[in-house]
Amino acid sequence: MTDAWLDIGALDDIPRRGARVVKTRHGCVALFRTAEDRVFAIDDRCPHKGGPLSEGIVHGNAVTCPLHNWVFSLETGMAQGADSGAVATYPAEVQQGRILLDCARLIAGRAA
Amino acid sequence: MKRRLVVIGAGMASGRALEHLLSADPGGWDVTLFNAEPRGNYNRIMLSPVLSGEKTYAEIVTHDDAWYAAQGITCRFGEAVTAIDRAAKTVTGARGTVAYDKLLIATGSAPFIIPVPGHKLPGVVSYRDLDDTNAMIEASARPGGKAVVIGGGLLGLEAAAGLASRGMEVTVIHLMGHLMERQLDPAAGYLLQKDLEKRGLRIHCKGATKAILGTDRVEAVLLEDGTVYAADLVCMAVGIRPETRLANDAALEVGRGITVNDQLCTSDPDILALGECVEHDSQLFGLVAPLYDQAKVVAATLAGAEAAFRPVQTATKLKVTGVDLFSAGDFAEAEGREDIVFRDPARGIYKRLVIEGARLIGAVMYGDTADGAWFFGLIKDGADITAMRDTLIFGPAYQGGAQTDPLAAVAALPPEAEICGCNGVCKGTITAAIGAGASSLADIRATTKASASCGTCTGLVEQLLAVTLGDDFKLPAAQPVCACTDLTHEDVRRLIKSQGLKSMPAVMQELGWKTSCGCHVCRPALNFYLLADWPLDYTDDAQSRFVNERNHANIQKDGTYSVVPRMWGGMTNPRELRAIADAADKYAIPAVKVTGGQRIDLLGVKKEHLPHIWADLNAAGLVSGHAYSKGLRTVKTCVGTDFCRFGTQDSTGLGIKLEQRLWGAWTPHKVKLAVSGCPRNCAESTCKDVGIICVDSGYEVGVGGAAGMDLKHTEPLAKVPTEAEAIELTVAFVQLYREHAKYLDRPYKWLAKVGLTWVQQQVLDPEIRAGLIERFDLSQTVYQRDPWADRATPAAQAAFAPLADLTREAAE
Repeated sequence: MTDAWLDIGALDDIPRRGARVVKTRHGCVALFRTAEDRVFAIDDRCPHKGGPLSEGIVHGNAVTCPLHNWVFSLETGMAQGADSGAVATYPAEVQQGRILLDCARLIAGRAA
Repeated sequence: MKRRLVVIGAGMASGRALEHLLSADPGGWDVTLFNAEPRGNYNRIMLSPVLSGEKTYAEIVTHDDAWYAAQGITCRFGEAVTAIDRAAKTVTGARGTVAYDKLLIATGSAPFIIPVPGHKLPGVVSYRDLDDTNAMIEASARPGGKAVVIGGGLLGLEAAAGLASRGMEVTVIHLMGHLMERQLDPAAGYLLQKDLEKRGLRIHCKGATKAILGTDRVEAVLLEDGTVYAADLVCMAVGIRPETRLANDAALEVGRGITVNDQLCTSDPDILALGECVEHDSQLFGLVAPLYDQAKVVAATLAGAEAAFRPVQTATKLKVTGVDLFSAGDFAEAEGREDIVFRDPARGIYKRLVIEGARLIGAVMYGDTADGAWFFGLIKDGADITAMRDTLIFGPAYQGGAQTDPLAAVAALPPEAEICGCNGVCKGTITAAIGAGASSLADIRATTKASASCGTCTGLVEQLLAVTLGDDFKLPAAQPVCACTDLTHEDVRRLIKSQGLKSMPAVMQELGWKTSCGCHVCRPALNFYLLADWPLDYTDDAQSRFVNERNHANIQKDGTYSVVPRMWGGMTNPRELRAIADAADKYAIPAVKVTGGQRIDLLGVKKEHLPHIWADLNAAGLVSGHAYSKGLRTVKTCVGTDFCRFGTQDSTGLGIKLEQRLWGAWTPHKVKLAVSGCPRNCAESTCKDVGIICVDSGYEVGVGGAAGMDLKHTEPLAKVPTEAEAIELTVAFVQLYREHAKYLDRPYKWLAKVGLTWVQQQVLDPEIRAGLIERFDLSQTVYQRDPWADRATPAAQAAFAPLADLTREAAE
């Protein structure tokens, strides 16, 4: 699989400690911007009841699902604390104020 | 025929004496009360919490205007007495002369001012009354201010800790070798000094003040050893002397204080005296417990009953939050005395017992004072401690076999053991009150006064409740806000106010948050506390709000939202209904429902459609119903006088007025109101946070109802004759709730903690009520905005849409 880094938008399009989504063929991916201006991309779907993680409260490098307060690490996608489960993560980075996302898997669909 | 009693001085002692006298003999006395301070009785020992910002003046008032009025007392506040004429039996003040049958002198004491050069400069204060306290609070308002406190005794250290908690840089200058030398031995004094230094206070012992420097106002303090400390404020707390000038002028017998006998009569049998101004058996009195004993005796003497004042030993605690020290009896070293000392330097614990023969005569404890009351009991009773001498220092839990239950210590106390030093309440009185039905701390305070003054015995009272009630009593555990801090919500609210913390980083930094930027539990709470306390200074943080408040709609289980337009007081019209129907069609709303609060809910709106549907509804004059907010939700109404044959007032009109005044206000939890036009209560007002029932003679305002996880009937707050007063009460109640409640406590939960009586005292006091309303309205100038209008813009529409769409990108 080759890298397919796409310029998704400006860092300032996402509020600090907030998120925006990117639509893909197999569902939305949430792009998070932390207080330290790091950007993470994970599936926008809580494995518990499908809550939109992009609408959760961001704290440190973690997000709390708005539906039932499950907490996920943005770095690993792993559920924190007593809950178990994980969401897929995707490579993302910031260069000169622009967000770059590795879209190879996203464009190809789940089979890639 | 009523007898005339004139009282000079409205302090704690005279207040208590009047209480005893008037409850024993209501209507028997015609009382005139003079006070040089322009106010009545308040709890002077609570000035330290007022200074540190933990309490307000209103919270320490012991007798309010209503009490004086109910007792028929003529109050002459702000009027100093100039003369007593014993022959004519009159007292003269600035506004005239009044005759007495009995006179009670309760002039208290005056702070001692060291007459060093510069002691009259502006900026030099004593620490005696509310005016001094306010002067210190005012001085601490300027950032970076420096204060010097002269005197390292009880009062000086409380002043210093209070000023430091208000952000001043504080230096304490103490003449003696260690702090609080009258109450502590050098070792405990050292621990106290170390503790206070850790809190940022500078302590200078063996420091003699030579002069206070400054030209127009105080600038610095110069010591004999040449040290100079810069100072914007100098507080002198070196001691007090009995205020005896009036008694001297009236040729009463005066030693160091006004001489009184066991009945508290002065050398003139028609003149009594009590409090810090008296001398009894060559002894002066500064702590509150003996003064309250004197108050009982004064009331009995005036009522013609037999009573005699017998001073008892007193114990001391320092009212500085987080500092545990206890001292009782005599701990000076002397011939024939032996010490038992326990030290645990790692935990900062020190205990010392002084024994003479078979008796315990003194105790000093630092760091762990839980057994203080028990030791104090042994000292007072002169108990023979020979049999338990080996284990005495470990406290009551270790007497008669090793016990590990901490409650056993309380259980082991005899009924005569004193629990509350301030009010002289013993264990037996409290257990009797529990037997008579008291089951909470509030009940105990109301029925026995125990723990109602300085509050340091609160833990003991709670333990007594636990021991006596068994499983029926749950010790209220102090829960921290979340894992990011060890502080409780109450602590955080208090510290935000007292330390003037106005941003989330400031709170997290100053209060030692353990995480870099909080979590989903603490951030919404902090965001609310900051915007409630500093509406003009704090910028609301959208990223610290739950998704509903960020998106101004309720998130549903499938990630869609529901939108509820506001219908003021439940009223609508065909034009609005048409706009709602059009919106439902245009955005393919799958479900339209009428809510329990008389509003229309559009369910299943996609997030990216939110700004568009808001714009459409706005165009028809509809605004957000805040059905998602920790704020005012709805004001439910019945039709009232307009159509109903039973309606007594315009309940719909009042509902609309309330909703228009309160909408947009953020609160600790959601708030729901209702107004019913008659007691048939079609609007279901009696289970709302505020419910108003209209009756022929006016409006019954009830608060603290609930119909959620708990089902609760409202409690009556007050009944008022006019609609305007009903609105005022409601606004004041909501603001009081905003200022004091823990985040996510509905009003009924908060009420259970603070008590309806306290809430009534606040909102029914005209001055406090006006302040609450003013602060609420000020906050509304910032927050009463329609979020839909603010966000129905192209920029907001873009922000609610996906950042990118990759569905149309070709796969490689």
